[in-house]
Parts: sequence; C-alpha cells; structure tokens
Amino acid sequence: MSKNGDVNGAAIQQAPSTSRISRDVVPSPAGWDYSPAPETTKVAIKPSYGLFIDGKFAEPKGAKRFVTINPANETTLSEVVQATPADVNRAVAAARAALPKWAGLPASERAKFIFRIARRIQERARELSIIETLDSGKPIKESRDVDIPLVAAHFFYNAGWADKLGFVFQGQTSKAKPGKNSLPEIAPGVRPVGVCGQVIPWNFPLLMAAWKIAPALACGNTVVLKPAETTPLTALVLAEIFEECGLPPGVVNIVTGDGVTGRAIVEHPDVDKIAFTGSTEVGKIIAKSVANPRPDGKFKRLTLELGGKSPHIIFEDAAIDQAVEGIINGIYFNQGEVCCAGSRLFVQESILDTVIKKLELRLASLRVGDPMDKNTDVGAVNSKEQLTRIEHYLKLGQTEGAELRMPGFSGKPSPEATGSKHGMPSKGFWCRPCFFTGVQPSHTIAREEVFGPVLSVLSFRTPEEAVSRANNTPYGLAAGIWTEKGSKMLSIAKQIKSGVVWCNTYNKFDPASPFGGFKESGFGREGGVQGLKAYVEV
Amino acid sequence: MHSGTKAAGRDFSPSPKVDAVMAAERAASFTKRSIKSKSKLAGLKLALSMLDLTTLEGKDSPEKVRALCAKAVNPGAGQTDLPEGLPSVAAVCVYPNLVKHCRDSLESMGALGRVKIASVATGFPSGQYPLDVRLDDTRRAIHDGADEIDMVINRGAFLAGRYEEVAEEIRAVKRTCLQEGVKAASHDGEGKGRPISLKVILETGELETLDNVRFASDLAIRAMHEAVRELEPDTIYSSLRNSNGTAEQNGSSPRHLDTATPRHLSSFDFIKTSTGKVTPAATMPVTLVMLEAVRDWYLETGHLVGVKPAGGIRTAKQSLHYLVMVKETLGALAGVNELHPGGWLTPELWRFGASALANDILRQISWLHSGKYRANYDVTEA
Repeated sequence: MSKNGDVNGAAIQQAPSTSRISRDVVPSPAGWDYSPAPETTKVAIKPSYGLFIDGKFAEPKGAKRFVTINPANETTLSEVVQATPADVNRAVAAARAALPKWAGLPASERAKFIFRIARRIQERARELSIIETLDSGKPIKESRDVDIPLVAAHFFYNAGWADKLGFVFQGQTSKAKPGKNSLPEIAPGVRPVGVCGQVIPWNFPLLMAAWKIAPALACGNTVVLKPAETTPLTALVLAEIFEECGLPPGVVNIVTGDGVTGRAIVEHPDVDKIAFTGSTEVGKIIAKSVANPRPDGKFKRLTLELGGKSPHIIFEDAAIDQAVEGIINGIYFNQGEVCCAGSRLFVQESILDTVIKKLELRLASLRVGDPMDKNTDVGAVNSKEQLTRIEHYLKLGQTEGAELRMPGFSGKPSPEATGSKHGMPSKGFWCRPCFFTGVQPSHTIAREEVFGPVLSVLSFRTPEEAVSRANNTPYGLAAGIWTEKGSKMLSIAKQIKSGVVWCNTYNKFDPASPFGGFKESGFGREGGVQGLKAYVEV
Repeated sequence: MHSGTKAAGRDFSPSPKVDAVMAAERAASFTKRSIKSKSKLAGLKLALSMLDLTTLEGKDSPEKVRALCAKAVNPGAGQTDLPEGLPSVAAVCVYPNLVKHCRDSLESMGALGRVKIASVATGFPSGQYPLDVRLDDTRRAIHDGADEIDMVINRGAFLAGRYEEVAEEIRAVKRTCLQEGVKAASHDGEGKGRPISLKVILETGELETLDNVRFASDLAIRAMHEAVRELEPDTIYSSLRNSNGTAEQNGSSPRHLDTATPRHLSSFDFIKTSTGKVTPAATMPVTLVMLEAVRDWYLETGHLVGVKPAGGIRTAKQSLHYLVMVKETLGALAGVNELHPGGWLTPELWRFGASALANDILRQISWLHSGKYRANYDVTEA
C-alpha cells in the first residue's frame, strides 16, 4: 500500500477488505511492555524422596533412583525411586490391609478425612502451584488459578458424597448374607470395589491424582497411585499432606517409577480396579492385560481416559472474537498438552480468512517463556521426549503440504517452531504456539494426537459436512461448537460423538461435571455422580 | 462488511455478534497481569498522559476550571516525592460554557494546543434536543476554543431502530467539526484552522447489550468516516505522527505521512463509552468490544480511530488494566504500516475520561519513586 493510499480518503472506496486482512502482521518489540514478574516464593523440595507406602516415606534398600528435572531450564529438582514390582507388592499389600478398616469407618468419618485433605491443599496451594510449575513446565498462572484450585475442589466435592452415596445409588437393598470376604457396605447395597491401582499422566500431575484419589476414598476404597515419571513431585507432597491429615496408613500409597512400575500395578493379581489416564497406545496395552482374569477368577474393573483429537466447529454466525478466544484457550492451554485439546479447527468457509487472521493476531499477544513468570501464557513442553514428538508432527505436517503459521512469519518460508530460536530461552524444551492452514482431513496432523501447541485449521461448508468431518476420527473426547444460533448449537451438539461438548466456551471443568471419552478416547467417567460409579459395587 | 448507510434495519447489520460471557472472561483476564517496577511506572506515566481531566457538574465555575487547567498542565505541581518529567494530561474536558475560560487559562500558561480542550456538546448528556441546537452547541464550543468535541448519540433513535437517523446526526456533527475547524482560529495565532477531533459517546450503559455496543461502534466509526469523505476526499486521513521517533528503533524510518495533509485536519476521531452520568459507565467488556471494532475497521480500511472509556475509572490499578487490554487487543498491530510501535497506546488514540484517576496515579507514582504513600491531602486537588 502506498503512502498516498493511506492518506488519501479516495483509496478507501477501492480497498477490498480481503487484501487488507491478509497483510503481514508483525508484532512489534517496542512500546510499553511488562517487566519480568517471576513467582519468587521459596519452596522446599527435598533432594530425594522415597516411596510412600503404609503411611510412611521409605526408601527401599538398594533402590534405583532417577532424577526429575525442570523442563524450563533442565536443572535437576529432586531424585525419586524407581519402584520395583516388589515395592508395588508391598504397596498393594498395605492397601489391602488398610481396606476393611477404612471401608468400615462411618461414612461421615471418611468424609472428615477428605475434607481435611482438601483444606490442607488450599492452605498449601501456593507451594503446590510452584512445585507443579517447576516440575511440569506449565505456566504458574495456570497451576495457581486452574490446577490447584480444581484439586481442592475435587476433594471437597467427593468428600461431600461420602455419606450421601445412598442417594446416588438408590433402590439397592442389603444382601442378607454377604460373602466371606465382602467389604462392609458404605450405603445400603453399596460396597467399595477394593484396592484401586491408579496410573496418571504428566500433563495435570496433581489434578489427575485428585480426580483418581478423591472419589476412590469417598467410596471406601484404598489406593496405589503412580504419578508420571517426569512429574512425581506434587503427588509426593500430597503424600505429605495425607500424613499431616492423619489419613490411616495404607489407605493411599504412592509409588514412583516408569512404565515398568505401572505395568506391575496393572498386572498385580490383588488389585481390584485399574484407573488409567494417558495415551491410547498404553491404554490398549492395559485393556489387553486386564482382559485376562486374575488368578482368583475375578476380572479387574477398568476405566480409561485416553487421547483425543477434539474438534472445534465455528460457524459464520458465531461471535468470532470470542470464538477465537475459546480456540486459543482450547489448544494453547497447558502448551496443548491436554487430552481434550481442541486440536482440529473446522471453520465455515465464508469466514475462513477472517478467522485465520484473527488467530494469528491473537497468537502474537500470547506470552511464551519462563513458566514461573506470572505473565506467561505458554510455558515449556514437559519433556525432551514430548518435544521430539511434537517436532515429528511439525515436520510431517509440512511434508504433507500444510502451511505452518506463526505470528510474524506470514508469507515467509515456514519457520521452525521449536527449540531456542525466536527469543526462546536457551535451555529447556520449547515450542511456540502455532497452527497449520491448508490441512486436509487425510493429513496425519488432522488425525493423530500431537499433544502440543499445534492447531490444524480445516474448513467446511454446511452443518452436515461439519458434523461428518468432526466425527471422522478414532477419538471422541471433547468438542467445541461456536454459533450464536441456539437451535443450531443444540442440533449439532447432539450429533457430535464425544464425551464432552462445550458450546460457546471451552475447557470448562468442574468436579460436578463428568468427563470421559467415546471410541478410542476411552470409557468410564470421572467427576460428578457418574464418576463415583467406577468405585463402587452395587 | 460496513456497507455504508444501507444498514437501515438490524437484519442488514454487518456487525459481528458478541458473546457476553466469553467477552467478560477475556476482559477479566487482563486484570490478572502482573505489572511491576519499571513497567508499572511507565504505564502510570502513560496513563497520566492519556487523561482527559474532566469536570462536568452544574456547579462548575470559571475558578474551578482554572484550577483544573493548572492541574492538567502540571499534574504534580506543589507535591513532593514525584519524579521529574511527569507529562501533562492529554486534555481538559468541560461543558461548552466553560471552554473560553479553559482557553484563557491554558493560554496564560502557554499550554494552549499542548493540553487539548475537550468539550461535551450536542446537548450533553441526554442529547434530547433538536439537531439544530446540538449543532449550534458544537459550533459555539469550537468557536470558543475547543479542540475536541465529545458528542452524545441519539440513544432514543438507536434503541427505536432508527439507525440511519443516528448515523446522519453523527455525520452532521462531524461535518460541523470539519467546517468550523477550518474557520477556527489556530492556537498559535498564525492564521486559521485547528484540528477538531470528534468523540462519539455511545452511552453504553443505556445500550445495555454488547451486541448493541458493537453495532453502535461500527455505526459511529462509519458515519464519521463518511462525513469526512464527502467533505474532504483528498485531505483527511493523516497518519499518526511519529513525534517520539520510536519507529527508528526498529530500523524503519518514521513515516511522516501528514506532510501532504493540512495541519488542521490531522487528528483522530474517537468512540467513547459513556457520559459518566449513567451507571454503569465504562466497563472492561464494553471497552473490549469497542477496541475490537476499531481493530476490525483498521484491518479493513487501514484507518485509525481512537477509543475513550469514561466514567468509573478511578484507580491507577484500573487504568493499568485498561492499558493491558489495549496492548493485548491491538498491540499485535503495532508497527504495521503507518502505525507507530506503541500502537494504540498513545494519547492520540487512547484516552481515559476521569476526574479522580489523576490523583491516584500520582500517589502510586510517588510511592514507586519514594517508597512512601502520600496522604490524600498531600496530593493537590483540581
């Protein structure tokens, strides 16, 4: 555009909006900016942690250890134990031993323990937020405002159910003659499942622990939980909280380790139920393992919360600026390392250019970097392994013909989104938020879960096409619908095959609301009344 | 989009819809930014320089206005614990009857033109007067020395769906501003002509919904533009003058696009939230929607329109929240084409309409400067 074009009012008449919209927008480094605002509160992280078994932290003799690092600067935070199958054995035995007494407590007493834990989590919220951010790479803003408050909320919510389970599972009657090994009833005709083996991922380390432990305890079960290899610390602090709250020994046992430890829990003959959140790949292996009955002839119960490739559908009658906010939140929250991340964006063709332009502009205002800075929106990728996986998909996407977009790079050769380039810190694992345009439904990046800050933008023309494209995936965890027309919203929501459908919002979580998947995203629900069902025998 | 005057009925409205829940959520996110140390001081100084120091009371008197002008020119005068080099505020904002007192007062301090004189006109605050009266109000204010006219839209017509009537009245006021601006005496005493900036007050508290706010914003922006185009097709839109030279830091040369533009027309028009006489006045969601409107207009046409939230912004902290919102909503456009690196973060495109805000900003600045909080009585009243 010439200088005259800008100053000359006459040029306005011929200014086609599309050419204006598509101009390169370069974010400026100048102008008013925020000073660094690091969270500087000191927290005590021990140089090493043992296993939390039978109410005590102990390090097994000759234990192998591994380090857990801060993915934002690759410094070592602490060392934890690689629990062996023998350690898992002890943990399961402790959980088994604690079970009758714990299940036999008056329900209101169990509730008191869980309430106490919830309150203690609130009291130690800042410490937990900081440790979570250090260990996982997620921005302090998110661990402080989302993760840890939700952790406390899950314990509070489930504590409330402990003595009201009779209202949840109505119409049950007590069996006159319970079996020899039957656990006590926690409500008429309702008994705990038993020892629960729980294996959780690294994206929401403490929140996933809360999702698993809180309903299990409310329903009188005991637990052996394994946090993820890269993010064990907050679960271990949670164990400290259990100690502080006087939770009876053995009710919750926390064992750290890698996949070998996880396998030992899943395959353990004395575990009654497995709850797993993680990749679909591992979920399938667990499902196969659990398909064989235990030596005593009983089957383990199983819930799986696995991957996703969740669609956003944005119609031309949507409130576009707010929809863009939801899309940004959906895919760049927690660096996109979210099982329900809205990673496929379907835009009605008539507004495709506008949405892409607005996405790019909005992306430019996201602050990427030090997760401990209170103004950081996108932090570090959790591990080198995960960064490699994201890089694989970024390359593949470009090879398959999609265009990688990042603010400031329009019309230039595709930049590299990962690594220490473009102002990223020199150490740590970084991926700048980005998105692909020109993605076709057959592209790998439109089908497989990237688990990173990478969005695939696709288009559609009619509502029917939107639904069929959105459902054209092996996954079915979540979906977002954006339209100002209520009738359309409801009709589309009914046709989408996914566990959660958010309308004109995204990533809204509440302990009262069940969460879980369809198809290869898993089965079973967590949260709400529905989440309790996995933890009782009726 | 923006298909001119055809938008007679709402069905033809090209304005995008606004989701109130998500807009409120987004607006709230700006308040979570942590603004510390250097950036806090810079932000507070910036906010001070963007202030339209306002008094709009029935009991306003020439003496009160003189005090206001003194405060506006040198906000920190008579106070201790303030750093050197605090800016003047952007403008004083008064009723039309008091404009000439402002003019005299600023002239006596040698600040005429540096601190602008804004006057609410067009039958402020209700606008419930015949159009002739409102235009005459505007004419007189400019004649008396106003640089900026804060007009109210006809909310009665807007809510009744008579959008073309609303647009035509805005056009009429803008035409009056242009015509009177050319005739008016220049502040430096050399010849004629003074840039008159128009601020269209939507009175969002009466429009109630964010959909209305967005539509009224688009309507006002378009109407001002149409009036300009019909009167002065060749000479109107100047670029933002790069007075602070910040563009050089980027290695690009500052663009003095106004060389071909008569000085008297080189100022930007605004859309403004409120009169301050209706509750709620300025809120962050409302202002966000207005920012989105000026952003979309800029993306579509390349033309710049300013935004002025007014009423209800009383604390320094609030003003920083607003600056964060401007930065994060429009900041990515900074440095594009004629826009200087600060983007909308300049008094030429962003104002706060407030009276109590100035002193809270000063107290915060003195705290940053000296580590001491000043009592209210330590800060001079206007």
